Formats: sequence, structure tokens, C-alpha cells
Amino acid sequence: MIPDNLREHSAAAAVDKFDGDALMGGKHELGELTLEIAPAKIVSVCGFLKYDEKFVRLSAVTAVDRFPAEPRFEVVYQLHSVERKQRLRLKCRLPGAQPAIESVTPVWRSANWYEREVFDLFGIQFWNHPNLKRIMMPDDWEGYPLRKDYPVTGTRI
Amino acid sequence: MSDVPGQFMATLEHAEPQTSGPRRMVLNMGPQHPSTHGVLRLLIELDGETITKCEPDIGYLHTGIEKECEVKNYQQAVTLTDRVDYLAPLSNNLAYCLAVEKLLQLEIPPQAQWMRVMLTELTRLNSHLVWLGTHAIDIGAMSVFLYCFREREEILRIFEMFSGQRMMTSYFRIGGLALEPPRGWHQRVKKFIDVFPSRVDEYENLLTGNPIWIGRTKGIGFISLEDMLDLGVTGPMLRAAGLKIDTRKDQPYSSYDKFDFEVPTRTENDVFARYQVRIEEMRQSAKIIRQAMDGMPPGAWKADSPHVVLPDREKMKTQMEALIYHFKIVTEGFRVPAGEVYHVIESPRGELGYYVVSDGTAAPYRVHMRTPSFGNLQAVPRMVQGILIADVIASIGSMDFVLGDTDR
Repeated sequence: MIPDNLREHSAAAAVDKFDGDALMGGKHELGELTLEIAPAKIVSVCGFLKYDEKFVRLSAVTAVDRFPAEPRFEVVYQLHSVERKQRLRLKCRLPGAQPAIESVTPVWRSANWYEREVFDLFGIQFWNHPNLKRIMMPDDWEGYPLRKDYPVTGTRI
Repeated sequence: MSDVPGQFMATLEHAEPQTSGPRRMVLNMGPQHPSTHGVLRLLIELDGETITKCEPDIGYLHTGIEKECEVKNYQQAVTLTDRVDYLAPLSNNLAYCLAVEKLLQLEIPPQAQWMRVMLTELTRLNSHLVWLGTHAIDIGAMSVFLYCFREREEILRIFEMFSGQRMMTSYFRIGGLALEPPRGWHQRVKKFIDVFPSRVDEYENLLTGNPIWIGRTKGIGFISLEDMLDLGVTGPMLRAAGLKIDTRKDQPYSSYDKFDFEVPTRTENDVFARYQVRIEEMRQSAKIIRQAMDGMPPGAWKADSPHVVLPDREKMKTQMEALIYHFKIVTEGFRVPAGEVYHVIESPRGELGYYVVSDGTAAPYRVHMRTPSFGNLQAVPRMVQGILIADVIASIGSMDFVLGDTDR
């Protein structure tokens, strides 16, 4: 369901019209629109936003670790419409135990490296990703450095 | 070079063992290779001299800057952003400061904004000059490099004059500038900008009509606009494919809307077009610098916000509150209201975005850098597919990536 204060924003209204169950919430703060999407619906919503709403670019994918809160992870997608000069942020909340979400690489090929980076540094799995392996850290690295329970300094013994 | 060594085949994505057909060879380029401008490793599969597959391997320069930001306070993290893209440190400073200032809803005085515009445009010149020099030397034009570094040296001296540092200046701070602009900056910048356009003519004299340069760059490194948008490419690459996209015009920040400049585009979409776009961008940057210099509004160079901006030294000697604010800002930093913001600027390489999440404390909860080099580099396999091995250097050089920017 679309929150009342977002009705005037065309992207939010369009997503609500496309799939009312997908939209879990959202906010418009500091001039930036954030929509919270049900994780199971992320690919269909992204496809809709790209092909029907002209968000042709995926600017970035990243994550935020809300440890120890639950749901622990937020996967954040920054979308950009070149034609409408608009930006939109999508957010999916994932649980701390075995976080996983469908990959959006079928929609934007640029998601390939962005999602690999999130996998590498946060340990979030992306289903149907063409090449999900570490990108920044060495292949045999243990742990996920950007998680909040990963220490900033220290040596491995 | 060697014949299909097992270990490389294993790392090359989707490479199936060869049973018939022409013999393929895998070439390992980098990470220590003079033409990759950093520690980029490319695994290239060749059929004769034609590239059939390419896979970039990055991460050699990953330093965990995003993690480090989480344990610094907001002002300290500015110095880390310099190290991300070490050829355009002030662009990174600017993007980060604008993001945090948006969270703080801080009003920046006009002089600081214009000064920021002037210095980020000098940074653009600095970055484009390094690109032009190294790109030309990769293709074999030795002397251009020396000419470019002559002008770059003067830009670095200007940076030193402003901030005391040549490269990692950290001159922009949350709330304005780090120091008062030095006396005599106007003459110094004017002297430089008066001669600079004629220097660009010099580079063009050496390259634009040069038959070897044209032969090595025209029609090379094509990649369709649709592919680029889909693969996350931004900046001069898109403009050389005919798309008029520039964050400075589309979503103006730091009073760029008050400046008169053009966004150069070309439609040829090859290495030569990207060269022409960047050359024209240098001329436009010079135009912006001149406007900023001549029209510099008077007034403060930092925001009037005592809980964020350090007080003047003189005030600290006479006013108790100033001394208290100074102590508090230095010892514990300042708190930023909870929220999140994604601020995008046009760096010399393309779209640079800072996603800053605050939880209401004095340290950023999460800083994510959407760096242009990371997005651009992803298009390398598509761009070099099917071209000759000899054109790889020209093609990847035209992308203008910095590996520090890619790996963070």
C-alpha cells in the first residue's frame, strides 16, 4: 500500500498501480524519494521501472547493515532516469540469517559488479547472478568486512 | 605469452576446454603493466590477434575506505575521500561535503560555493591533463605527456597555495572551506587561465591532425550507447556517443546553474571522439574558472553554523562560546540528524555519488561511494570484444579510469 504522503510522486504512484503488494512503504526526505519494496518482487518492479518508467540507469547497488536490529540488512538500489532527470531509491530489507535476494542483472547488466561487491563485503546472496564471486577481497577471504560485527583493525592468527 | 595455461583458463569465466577449432591463447595483462594506469589485470583470450573474451580482475587496490569512514567522525572522513580518486581529490571532497551538508541542511555562503566550483574545475583540468598525457604516451606520442605535466604542475602549485598540499588537499570541509583563500590567489589563477587556452591549442596541434594519432584512434573502441547505459558507463564516454548528459546541468549543485558553459558532445563514439570531448571540456572548464574568478561574490568562506564550523582564532581568544564550540567540535565532532542522502556530482570521469547514512551520532553510519571508474570498467569486456589486441590500450585508455577510484 502506498503511504498517503507519497501519492503526489509519480514513480511511487506508478509502482503502486503496477503492483500494490510490492510497495511496503517509503518516504520523501531532503528531496529524495525512497520506496521500500518487498524482496520477492524486486526484479519485476525494477523491470517495470526500467521499461515503463524510463529509469534506464542503475546508478549503484549497496547495502546497509543495521546489526543487531532485525531485519538486519537493507539492500539499496539507486535508479536514475536520464530522460526525466530524476533519481529514485529502492530499498529491500533482508533478515540477518542467510540474507538472499533475486539478482537484478536480467534488468540492468551493470548490476553484475555492483551485486558482486555487495556479496563480497556484506555476504548477501544474489540468486541467478551470472558470476557471483568475490570482487574486492581475495577469493579465500573469510568474513564480510562491511558488516558491523566485523572488526576495523586486528590481525588474523 | 603462453599457450592456454591451465591456471588462467580456469579463472576466465565460462571458458570451456577446447577440443576443436582454431587454437585460442590466453594473455594475462597486468596487474603490473605500464599501460593500465594502476593495478588492473585483464585476462584476454585471443584468436590470432582478435580478442574473443576479456575479463577484468580488480581489487588489488582495495583499502577499505568505506569501512574506515564508519570509525571517523564526519569531518575526519573528508581526508579519506581524497584518497579514493587521487587524480580528482577535490571532486570527491565536494561530493562528500555536499551529501553531509544536505543531511545537516546547511546553507553554504556564495563565496565558498564559487570557490568550490573554481577549484573543482581546476581539478577537472588536472585530471584531464594526466589522462591526455598518459593516453598519448600509451599510443606513442611521447612529447604530449611533457607538455601536459607542465600545466599540471602549475595547477598543483595553485592547490598548494590554497591548502598547503599539492595532491591530497582536503580543502573543502563540511560547512565551507578549510582555510581562508590565500592572498594573491586571483593573480595566480588569472596568470594560469590566461595562457591555458593557448596551451590546449598546443596539444591539439600535436595530436588532432596527426595522421598516426588519427590512425590509432578513429573508429577504435566503439561500444553502443545502449550498452553503455546498461553497463553503468557515465561521463565523457556517454557524451562522445551523442548523449548530452552532465550532472552539472541536469541537477545543478554548488551554484553551477549560475555559470555559462556548454556540454560538448560528439556522435562518432570512438577513441578519437572521446579525446575531442575531453579537449573541449578543458576549454569549457577554463571558461567556468574565469567566470568564477571574475564574479567571485564577497563574503564569508564558511557557513555561519557554530556547532559545525570551527570558530575563528580571534573569536576564540575573546569569546567563551567560541572556545567551547571549538573544544566540542575537535573532541567529539558534531552530530548529524538521522537520515540518508545520495548526492551525485559530475567528476572528471563521470557520475560520482556519495550515499551517506546517518544514525544521529557524530560518525557516519555508512558511506558508500558510487565511483565512475567502477561503473566504466565494467564495460571493458563489451568494448574490446572482437577488436585487435593492439587496440586494447587505446580503448581502455579512452575510458580514463583510476584504479583507486575503482577499488576504494
